[in-house]
Amino acid sequence: MAQSSFISLEGVRKVYRGPKEDFLAVSDVTFDVHAGELVSMVGPSGCGKTTVLKILAGLHSHEEGTVRIGSEHASFDPARDIGMVFQQPLLLKWRRVMDNVLLPSEILGIPMTEARERAGYLLEMVGLTGFEQSYPYELSGGMQQRAAIARALVHDPKLILMDEPFGALDALTREKMNLELLRIWGESGKTIVFVTHGIQEAVFLGNRVVVLTAGPARMADNFLVDLPYPRGLDLKTTEAFGDYTRRIYKLLGME
Amino acid sequence: METPIKDGREKLRKWVLIIVMHLLAVLAWQAWITLGEVEPYIMPAPLDTFATLLEFKEYRWVHNTMITAASVFGGFWLAVVVGITLAVLFSWSRWLNDALMPLIVSLNMIPKVALGPIFIVWFSYGLGPNILIAFSICFLPILITTTRGLGEVEPELIDLVRTLRASRWQIFTKIQLPGALPFIFSGMKVAVVLAVAGAIVGEFIASEEGLGYLMMQVQVTLDTAGMFMAVLMITAVGVTLYAIVLLLERLLVVSDARME
Repeated sequence: MAQSSFISLEGVRKVYRGPKEDFLAVSDVTFDVHAGELVSMVGPSGCGKTTVLKILAGLHSHEEGTVRIGSEHASFDPARDIGMVFQQPLLLKWRRVMDNVLLPSEILGIPMTEARERAGYLLEMVGLTGFEQSYPYELSGGMQQRAAIARALVHDPKLILMDEPFGALDALTREKMNLELLRIWGESGKTIVFVTHGIQEAVFLGNRVVVLTAGPARMADNFLVDLPYPRGLDLKTTEAFGDYTRRIYKLLGME
Repeated sequence: METPIKDGREKLRKWVLIIVMHLLAVLAWQAWITLGEVEPYIMPAPLDTFATLLEFKEYRWVHNTMITAASVFGGFWLAVVVGITLAVLFSWSRWLNDALMPLIVSLNMIPKVALGPIFIVWFSYGLGPNILIAFSICFLPILITTTRGLGEVEPELIDLVRTLRASRWQIFTKIQLPGALPFIFSGMKVAVVLAVAGAIVGEFIASEEGLGYLMMQVQVTLDTAGMFMAVLMITAVGVTLYAIVLLLERLLVVSDARME
């Protein structure tokens, strides 16, 4: 099983060296992700979930353990196969939406006609057709985040890393974006690692949930969410959904 | 969103207001002279002031204005080039920044006016020292605002492009520099005013031509009208440069990002 997984983390440990004392950011992180999975990584602030994401992105090193991305069946090029979405849309405000989405293609030197075609298709997929020539400030927060998702997909990466992408949105927009993300995931077939501190959001989105706890930072659980897709908001009222969220609440010492 | 018609009317209203207010200022000036019976050598009337324009042989308006404009524009654009270049180098090398920035701030404490006599010794009279004085007085605001602007990038955005293995040059041209433009322009607007002041001070002490020199010359004969006209011409040079900077800002900076 471990051979066929797309991502494999084993005993990953990361310590930030401070001037006075060291800070243990993550320890004992071990989980596998299969190609095409949507994995939610949930935990309180300070549990190291962003750190794990940055290790996956190749932005951070780690002291112990192994991190492997890609397999015999699915190659992985760390320079081209990562798309990132953060809590803030981080759109360049002097660029129109289309040109913002094209940024990764420009950096990677992908031919522009090809990239434009794909960007147009992605903007349609995230529901921003007609806003290609708008500036970010003309868009609502939710629409800006849709553009950021299109930007993360434009170079056709195999892995999408999302760090609390809907954390800055109001509750209703957030629910809507959750449904949108599930649709986009279904259409694109990407592997997604989704970091959140929203327990309900983690269960609602993920086909697998990894739970991290803080103080000290360590991995507490890793389980499959056996709820069928496509998922609708009424899922949240079902007993099975409640069982999964209770399981996480318990792990985080909130029950 | 504003409709084009409403936008156009708004613009017209703004321009009418600008012209009316300037005319009112001239009228108030004339009223003060007439009602207050002010002596012409203390305060000339607007018409007498404008009349000096006709005596172009004596005042050499075109020549003197061109000379002053050359000092102002020369000093200003030199400051823009040097200020932005230094800021870019500082953003690339922390070491260079830490080594040179404190020195530059200390040097900036030198009263630039005091450099005039020294510049005369070094470069003799003429355009050169005036450009240098204008430059030395106005380049620091550009350096400081540009340095700030270049550093004003969200770290997560850098993370994002680093996962794509963006080169330092790509990060600079695609993110840092365009992001710093609003800051650069706010520094340039401050620098315009300083450049005009610097150039005129230079002409007071180290020049044989230009509007500043002209003022010193006609002051001897208590030709207040000539002095006033010179001040107006100096102002016009400054306003022209300011307008050019605003126009460039309009072309280069998206309205949402402009710093008013």
